[in-house]
Amino acid sequence: MYNFDFERPSSLADAIVALAQEDSQALAGGQTLIPTLKNRLANPAKLVSLMAIDDLQGVAVGDGVVCVKAATTHVAAAAGAAGSFPALAELAGNIGDPAVRNRGTVGGSLANNDPSACYPAAALATGATIVTNLREISADEFFTGMFGTALGDGEIITEVRFPVPDAANYQKFEQPASRFALVGVFVARFGDRARVAVTGASEDGVFRWVEAESALFGNFTKASLDGLELSPEGLIGDIHGSAEYRAHLTKIMAGRAVAAC
Amino acid sequence: MNEVSFVVNGREVSGEVEGRTLLSEFLRENLRLTGTHVGCDTSQCGACVVHVDGNAVKSCTMFALEAEGSNVLTIEGMANEDGSLGVIQQAFQDHHGLQCGFCTPGMVMSASALISENPDPSEMEIRDYLEGNICRCTGYHNIVKAIQAAAEATRTQAA
Repeated sequence: MYNFDFERPSSLADAIVALAQEDSQALAGGQTLIPTLKNRLANPAKLVSLMAIDDLQGVAVGDGVVCVKAATTHVAAAAGAAGSFPALAELAGNIGDPAVRNRGTVGGSLANNDPSACYPAAALATGATIVTNLREISADEFFTGMFGTALGDGEIITEVRFPVPDAANYQKFEQPASRFALVGVFVARFGDRARVAVTGASEDGVFRWVEAESALFGNFTKASLDGLELSPEGLIGDIHGSAEYRAHLTKIMAGRAVAAC
Repeated sequence: MNEVSFVVNGREVSGEVEGRTLLSEFLRENLRLTGTHVGCDTSQCGACVVHVDGNAVKSCTMFALEAEGSNVLTIEGMANEDGSLGVIQQAFQDHHGLQCGFCTPGMVMSASALISENPDPSEMEIRDYLEGNICRCTGYHNIVKAIQAAAEATRTQAA
């Protein structure tokens, strides 16, 4: 690992100042960034830990929204959302393993936008709002391709507001070694309308399966998906599964998620 | 270099570290607490699990400077005060929950975190909690038995 300076500010204002310096990078739970640094795939001059900032911790529930502060760990998010948004709590409680969940954060997961991460599916399916120190970004605008986001340099996610759907479920087909999603599908129903977000499958990262959303409109049953086929074009094919396999899994997991709603 | 200080196994420690110094590295190289093992160094194997403020974490995937001001518990802190094996350690011996022993420090620390969170875990709950702890010798059965026995012994002690 290349060396770097390290800061651990206790206020958001200090973090913003520290991150304004050239080649500074934010560090949340580090469960992706630290392995990346070990492989010398990143070489920041400075890491700014966000974990000692009290304002970035906690879960607030109200007005049909679960608001998770950015540096809330998966364990804390799962506990905080359990009563009001069980599907989100279940997703958070099944990321990685217990030790990873004690460090990894919602903000870190979204800012990294790993194509197989779980949280992006929840954010996109619920139409969450990603709040930063500068602005509010809708999930539809936030994800811009594999590992890509709308975040600018030095911009910090402060909280994520998840609208609570009338019904929701997340189905993850795990890659058993990494516990990332080989394919994960988050289905959220708001009234007649359903949103279906797929992670793990596409070379562009998380995406909405709009054909499935149309098929489920006004007829929210697993059978509504029977006639659909997802094209394997643009899907990930690797040693864990071909693009065709992931296309097939997407339909299966979407069906299971609808059935479990 | 940066100064870091925190509490390990009830003792205040401090030292000079680089930004990139991992908690596992600081524990092993600076403090000579070599019971914390580094098996994979890629967050997979869990041999390096310690508790930071009561939470199980992989010490190879956390910087020493992130532990500033915290309370760290390592495998060296799991024995009884007289030096005899703690409840979980004794259960691993009684149930043959280790062969080569390399993964055992992480297994014991994860088991300890599990039993604190869930005093009466089922077999499935134990296996699920050990998802991030890899053992290449035992096939896990005796580790699970040891943790079930340790949980029971802990409940009996508490009663």
